[in-house]
Amino acid sequence: MHASLVVSGLRKVYEGSGRRVEAVRDLTFTVDAGELVCLVGPSGCGKTTLLKCMAGLLAPTSGEVLLGGRRVSGPPPGMAFVFQEYGRSLFPWMRVGENVELPLRQKKLGRARRGELVADALESVGLADAAGAYPWQLSGGMQQRVAIARALAYEPEVLLMDEPFAAVDAQTRADLEDLVRRLWRERGITVLFVTHDIDEAVYLGERVLVLSASPTVVQEQLKVDLPAERDQLHTRVSPRFAELRTRVYEQIQAAKRGEPAVEDVPPPR
Amino acid sequence: MTGVPAGRTRPGAWGGLLLRALFVVALPALLFTLWWLASDDSTDVYWPPLRTILRTFPDVWTRARLRADLLPSVLRLLAGYALAAVAGVGLGTVVGSYRRVRAVCEPVLEFLRAVPPPVLVPVIMLFAGIGDTMKIVVIASGCVWPVLLNTIEGVRAVDSVMSETARSYGVTGAARIRSVVLPSASPQIFAGLRQALSVGIILMVISEMFAASNGLGFTIVQFQRGFAIPDMWTGILVLGLLGFVLSVVFRLVERRVLGWYHGLRDSSRRSP
Amino acid sequence: MNPTSPRGGGPCGRAVNAALGAAGLAAFLALGEAVPRLGLVEERFFPPTSRIARALVDEFADRAFWTDLGDTLTGWALGLAIAVGAGIVAGVVVSVVPYLREATASTIEFLRPIPSVALIPLAVLLYGTELRSVLLLVVYASFWQVLVQVMYGVRDVDPVAEETARSYGLGTWARIRHVLWPTALPYVMTGVRLAAAVALILTVTAELVIGAPGLGARIAVAQTSQAVPELYALIVVTGLLGLLINVGARSVERYALAWHQSVRGEVTV
Repeated sequence: MHASLVVSGLRKVYEGSGRRVEAVRDLTFTVDAGELVCLVGPSGCGKTTLLKCMAGLLAPTSGEVLLGGRRVSGPPPGMAFVFQEYGRSLFPWMRVGENVELPLRQKKLGRARRGELVADALESVGLADAAGAYPWQLSGGMQQRVAIARALAYEPEVLLMDEPFAAVDAQTRADLEDLVRRLWRERGITVLFVTHDIDEAVYLGERVLVLSASPTVVQEQLKVDLPAERDQLHTRVSPRFAELRTRVYEQIQAAKRGEPAVEDVPPPR
Repeated sequence: MTGVPAGRTRPGAWGGLLLRALFVVALPALLFTLWWLASDDSTDVYWPPLRTILRTFPDVWTRARLRADLLPSVLRLLAGYALAAVAGVGLGTVVGSYRRVRAVCEPVLEFLRAVPPPVLVPVIMLFAGIGDTMKIVVIASGCVWPVLLNTIEGVRAVDSVMSETARSYGVTGAARIRSVVLPSASPQIFAGLRQALSVGIILMVISEMFAASNGLGFTIVQFQRGFAIPDMWTGILVLGLLGFVLSVVFRLVERRVLGWYHGLRDSSRRSP
Repeated sequence: MNPTSPRGGGPCGRAVNAALGAAGLAAFLALGEAVPRLGLVEERFFPPTSRIARALVDEFADRAFWTDLGDTLTGWALGLAIAVGAGIVAGVVVSVVPYLREATASTIEFLRPIPSVALIPLAVLLYGTELRSVLLLVVYASFWQVLVQVMYGVRDVDPVAEETARSYGLGTWARIRHVLWPTALPYVMTGVRLAAAVALILTVTAELVIGAPGLGARIAVAQTSQAVPELYALIVVTGLLGLLINVGARSVERYALAWHQSVRGEVTV
């Protein structure tokens, strides 16, 4: 029932006022149905461009994105997007409940069903009481929870998250990471999580994709063979976690220098 | 959660309330008294004693007079204003949504906006005669520009992340206009509506001074021409009160519709 | 429209916009020519563009027109200058003297929305068609625009900057000059821009209704003598005058704003 996400030969070139900028050169990768994959890369490597192409917000110059086997040509109904800028992605003139409900109205769901989905999604992110508040009355972390609840209520097959926790403090960030892991395991949604934080990528993902510097290609794919049950205290100090993050770190350093993938480290089991 | 500031429940609350009431009343009372005393034994025909003006007031502004003069004025103002609001917001949404259309229209709109609205009265009289239609068209054609230009500006400035959020969740077409574009532009639209209100009152009065058989502007000029000076002063007071009442009503509506916006601004001011 | 494309800035985009704007203006003028020529509107009510242009040229050749234009500009400039001066002084005094703002708030809120045209009969009785009639209306209408903006501006003064200045022993006058005035300046500029537009409206109104010499009175004469092309030509002149005032005021304001932000960074940290 949950869809896989296939990106093949994706290329995006911006053209404007006589300048051509090749943001993404040639990207090919797959996210299996029900998988949680993290994308990391040096800053300014075209992560956001890639994500917008995948979400159907931006048309690729060439190549294609397939969601569950269907080609993406506009925002697909089975995909939800969580933006980094929660303050600008929630509508300040709507209460929390209305923000979560708005996409559901577009899906032409009945009032009762909408109410159920909104209540369930807010409950899932621990904001059952906040439905009547305005987003700007909440802290940053809570606002991002609302954005996640809005995505959940949409009942997506695929969830795209664009550096969602880059603007919240460290403690909140840890809580939100655990929230994403838990929701992913409970609901079995396919998740693609973009971040620039190596620890976050290794902690969250089942697989980590390292992107090169712009123009972007996939530098390296890495299977995260940590136990499915993770927690902030023990997972982050385990030797395997340290190995993996070192590996990702080296790949990113290599990507920044524009070198091919580092080969002298033993590949993961 | 940055809570709403708690209500004042300290022991000094009553004192504070009293002080604030004093601040509200003190200066108006002082000015009133000054006017009263300064004009009390005035023999200048143009500056009658305030006592005389106030005594004349109920005689002039009877229920019948209010129905015959105040009501038509206000109805014409509301009709013209509503027309301008609908046209301004509607057209502004279209023009503001398309970059090309905006570029084509901008210079023409800038020019039309810059024309002082009262000079339209003679032109519109050519077309629409001197009846109610003329006055409503005059008011509408003066009020529409601030609304139109502010709507264009507000619609243009819809946040890119918000509009991408809407698009990625399939909120498009009419729902996008209703749930995203118009609310996002509403602070700007209200700024335009506020300007339009004062322009509308000016045009209401002027169009009646030009050619009319009833209305506030007409009546006040009649008093002036007939040298009924205290009556004229009461007319000025009525016009002033009308302006004040309309601005209070406007503010109440704005507070209600833009409640979210004031809250948002206050919360971002508290935690920059 | 493509909302995701990068903003069409740069000299190239500006040239395109200017061309489009010129095309729009040309279309507007052509429409003004075609509509009466095709008989859609009677020519005696709505003369074609070319006829209005001829009337405009005739006006420019008439010495009396320039005298009237001069009168209008005098009324506008004098009224605006008085309103701005009085507005700034009153605004600063009301904001600086303790409790004065609270005490005057209700009075200002009551007086401000009183339409200045209510004073027309009084002006006629007191001053007839003299310049002072015009000034009474212009000053009353524009004064509030400036006053209110000055008060907003003073309220925007950063309390930290104010306390810093106080802790360094700056006196009242120095604090007004170095802390309050720089903060309030952009607001003052906004007030002046709004007041300039309002002042023109009221100048022309006073001339039109009361008959004080100027463009407004000239319009009234054109109306009563059924000189329709001249009527339109004079309206075009008032429009151009308004345009000039708006554009001028806006560029002055932008200059003040740019200056403001670069300074503000140093003051508040």
